[in-house]
Amino acid sequence: MSVDTAPGASAESGQARRYTEWVFRVRELGIVAALALLVAVTAILEPRFIETDSLRNLAINASIFAILAAGQTLVLVTRNVDLSVGSVLGLSAYFAGDLLSSNPGMALPLVFVLGIALGAACGLLNGILVTWGQVPALVVTLGTLYMFRGLAFVWTDGQQINAETLPDSFLNLGTDSILGIPILVIIAVIVIVIVGQWLRDFRAGRELYAIGSNPEGARLAGVRSERRVLTAFVLAGALAGLGGVLFTARFGTVDATAGVGYELTVIAAAVVGGVAIFGGTGSVYGAALGALLLGTITSSLIILKVEAFWQQAAIGALLLLTIAFDRLIGLRVDAALRRRSARRAG
Amino acid sequence: MEGGNLEIDHNPSVAAVVELRDTSKSYGAVRALRDGNLALRSGEVRALIGENGAGKSTLVKVLGGVVRRDAGDMLIDGEAVDFHSPHEARDAGIAVIYQEPTLFPDLSIAENVVMGYHPLGALRRIDRGAMHERVQGLLDRLGVRLDPERPVRGLSIADQQIVEIAKALSFEARVLIMDEPTAALSGPEVERLFAVVRTLREEGAAVLFISHRLDEVAAICDTVTVMRDGAVVHDARIADMTPDDMVKRMVGRELSTLFPKQDAEIGEAVLNVHRLTREGVFFDVSFEVRAGEIVALAGLVGAGRSEVARAIFGIDKPDAGHVEVVGRRLAPGKPLAAMRAGIGFVPEDRRQQGLVMDLSIARNATMTRLGALSRLGLIHGAAEDRLAREWAARLQLKFHRLSDPAGFLSGGNQQKVVLAKWLATEPKLLIVDEPTRGIDVGTKSEVHRLMSELASRGLAVLMISSELPEVLGMADRVLVMHEGRLTAELSRAVADEESVIRAATGQVDEAVA
Repeated sequence: MSVDTAPGASAESGQARRYTEWVFRVRELGIVAALALLVAVTAILEPRFIETDSLRNLAINASIFAILAAGQTLVLVTRNVDLSVGSVLGLSAYFAGDLLSSNPGMALPLVFVLGIALGAACGLLNGILVTWGQVPALVVTLGTLYMFRGLAFVWTDGQQINAETLPDSFLNLGTDSILGIPILVIIAVIVIVIVGQWLRDFRAGRELYAIGSNPEGARLAGVRSERRVLTAFVLAGALAGLGGVLFTARFGTVDATAGVGYELTVIAAAVVGGVAIFGGTGSVYGAALGALLLGTITSSLIILKVEAFWQQAAIGALLLLTIAFDRLIGLRVDAALRRRSARRAG
Repeated sequence: MEGGNLEIDHNPSVAAVVELRDTSKSYGAVRALRDGNLALRSGEVRALIGENGAGKSTLVKVLGGVVRRDAGDMLIDGEAVDFHSPHEARDAGIAVIYQEPTLFPDLSIAENVVMGYHPLGALRRIDRGAMHERVQGLLDRLGVRLDPERPVRGLSIADQQIVEIAKALSFEARVLIMDEPTAALSGPEVERLFAVVRTLREEGAAVLFISHRLDEVAAICDTVTVMRDGAVVHDARIADMTPDDMVKRMVGRELSTLFPKQDAEIGEAVLNVHRLTREGVFFDVSFEVRAGEIVALAGLVGAGRSEVARAIFGIDKPDAGHVEVVGRRLAPGKPLAAMRAGIGFVPEDRRQQGLVMDLSIARNATMTRLGALSRLGLIHGAAEDRLAREWAARLQLKFHRLSDPAGFLSGGNQQKVVLAKWLATEPKLLIVDEPTRGIDVGTKSEVHRLMSELASRGLAVLMISSELPEVLGMADRVLVMHEGRLTAELSRAVADEESVIRAATGQVDEAVA
C-alpha cells in the first residue's frame, strides 16, 4: 500500500505500525514458540512423544477444544462470556448418538445439521436472556450450564450410547485420515478459518470488537449491538453443537456427563491465546492455538507420567503467566503510545 | 449504504431539513429539556450556545436518536419522524459528534472512523485498502498527520477529537451536529475544521455547531439558538448579536439568587501542588489551597480538572511533580496515604464512585470510618448507627430509615451522604468534583451553605465546577484550566463570567507562572 504522505508523517506512521504489528506478532508467535519449546523438551525427555500416533491423538483431542474456543472468542470479544458450552456439547453429543443408534441409516450431514441446530437453539436462549433480558452473561450462562446439563440427565435417564450401536461410517470420522491428516483436524481447521475470517474481515465481526471495546460508543456509532451479541451467542452455541457431534464420532461412548468442565478449559484456551476477558481484543486463531497449547501440555505431562494434579496446576500456572505477560505488554504499549501522542501535541 | 440513499436534496426549498417543535425530555425528576424549538435549513450553520447544564447535549441526543423525547414533534423534510436508535438517525442522514468519547480504544483509527459502514469488496468482505485510503483522505482533509492503522488507545484528547470528526464526516450527512468539536483543538486544526464545515455548507448540508468559544461562533455561524435552564430562549441571526448579547442571553439571571460564601478567616496553606504533570493529560500544574478557603477549578469539560484532582488524591500517578499536605509530601499514587494525610474526595460521579447504591445510608456514611468503628475486626453496629445519625442531623439529611439503601435518596441527599462519609474522617482538605451536578435548585443551595459553613470552620476546599454561577458565588479564588494547563488565577474580586470564559477557552495572553 503506497499512500503519499509528508516525510514526517511517514516516519511517525511507520513507527506506529511497527508497534501494533509487533504486539500482534508477539502474541500469536509467542504461543507458537511456547508450543515448539514444549514439544522439543518433551521429545528430548521422552522420544515416544513425537511418534506419529502420539501427535495424531494430540491433534484430534485439541480439535474439539479449538472449535469451542473459536466460538467462545466470538462471545468474549463482545465483553460477554458463555459458560454453558460444555453442557451444550453434552446435549448435542447425546442427541447425535441417540439419532444414529435409533436410525442407523440416517444421512450423516443431517446428523451434523441437527446437532448444530440444537446448539444454536441453546445459544439463542442464552443470547435472548443476555440482550433482551439484560441479565449479565455470567449469570445467564451459569444458569443454562446447569439447566442444559440437567436436561441431558433427564433425557439420557442414566443410559449411555455405546459405540456398537453407531454406524461405522460415523465413527470413522473420528479416526480416519485424508492424506495422513485426521478428518477431525481437517474439519476443525476449516471451521476455525471460516470463523476467524468472519471475525477479521466482515462488518458483523468487526462490530463485535467495537461492542466489546466501548459498548456505549458502539451504540452511538449506529451498531445494532443487541442483534450482534445475539449472533455471537448463537454461533458459539452452534459451534458447541458441532463439537458435540464430533465428540460422539470420536469417542463413540456418550452419556450425560459428556463435556463436563469443558467451559473452563475453553475459556482458559482463549485467554492464553490472547483474547481479552473484558472484550475488544483477541483473535480466533490465537484462541485455537491456545487450545492446542493446553492440549499439548496435558499430553506431554501424561507421557512424562506426571500426576494428574500437577497437570491442572501447570495449566493454572500457564494461565497466570499469560495474564501477567499480557498486562505487562499492555502497560508498556499504553505508555509508549501515550508518550508519542504527548510529543506530537507538544 | 455508502450514501446511496443519502443524496442531498437540491430542491431550493426553504423547508427545514430537521425541525424540533416544543420538544421536552426529563430524566427522573430533572427536566433536562423543555420548549425545544429548533429548525436547521440546508446550507445553514447554526450555533447552539448556553451554559453547562442548559440542555444543549440533551437536545443533541434527541436529534441523534440516542434518547427519545417525552413530548413534542421532530420533523425531517417536513415529515414527522421518531428515531428509536442512533442507527435510524444516521440512516436519515444525521451525523453527530458527541461530547463524550465514543471511540473504540482497541481498534485502529481507520476502523473507528468507518465502524458499521466499512467499505466492502468481493463477497461483502471488508476492503482494507479502500478503508485505509478513505480514512487517510479524511485525515488529510482535516490536515492532521495520524496513521490510520494506529490503535486509538493512547491518543491525545485533541487527536481523539479529530477521529470523532473524521467519523462524522465519513458519510454524506445532510445534517452535521457537532457538540463542542473544538474544545481540545489547536488553532490551525480549528481552521481546517472550519474550512471543511464551509465546504459542507456550500454542498447544502445543515450544520449545528455547539461551542463555548463565542469568537468561533461569530466566525463560522449564520444563525444562533440560545438555551438556558433546559429551554430554548432565543433565536437570531448571528449578525444581529454581539458576544455580549450572547453572554447575557446565556446567563440571564442574577448571581445573588445563589448562596454566596460566608467570609472566613484564611489560614495557612493546606494543599500545595508543585508542577504536577501527567503526560498527555495535564501539564505543570501548581497551586495552593489555604485553610478556610474555597478554591474553584474552572474550565471546559475535558480540560483536565478532574484528572488533576484524581492525581492529588492518588488515584492516578503523576509523571512529574508532587503534592504536599500541610508541608508534608504525599506518596504519589496512594489514595490511602492521601486519606491519612487528611484529604477527602467527593468524586464527580456519585452513583458510580461516591456511593455503594445498594448498601444502607448508615453503612455508606460511615464507610471511611470502619477502622475506628470496629473492635477486633468486627463492626460495632450501634456505634455505626450513632455516627451516621449524628451526621444525618448535622447535614439535615432527608431520609426514611438509615437502613434504607442509599439509592433510595434523591440526588441532593445522596451527595450529602457522600459529604458525610468524608467529613466523618475530619479532613483538612476536601476535594469536591461537580458538587451539585444533577441536584435540584433547593438542595443545591443547601450543599452550598454546607460547603461555606465547613470553610468557615477552617476546612480547605478545592471545588471543581462547570457551573459559572456556582464558581463565582462560592470561590475565594478561581483557577482556570484550558487544555491541561492553568491559564488564569483570579481572585474573587476580579473573577467574572467573561474573565473565566476567556481563560477557559484559551483566550489569554499571559499564562500563570
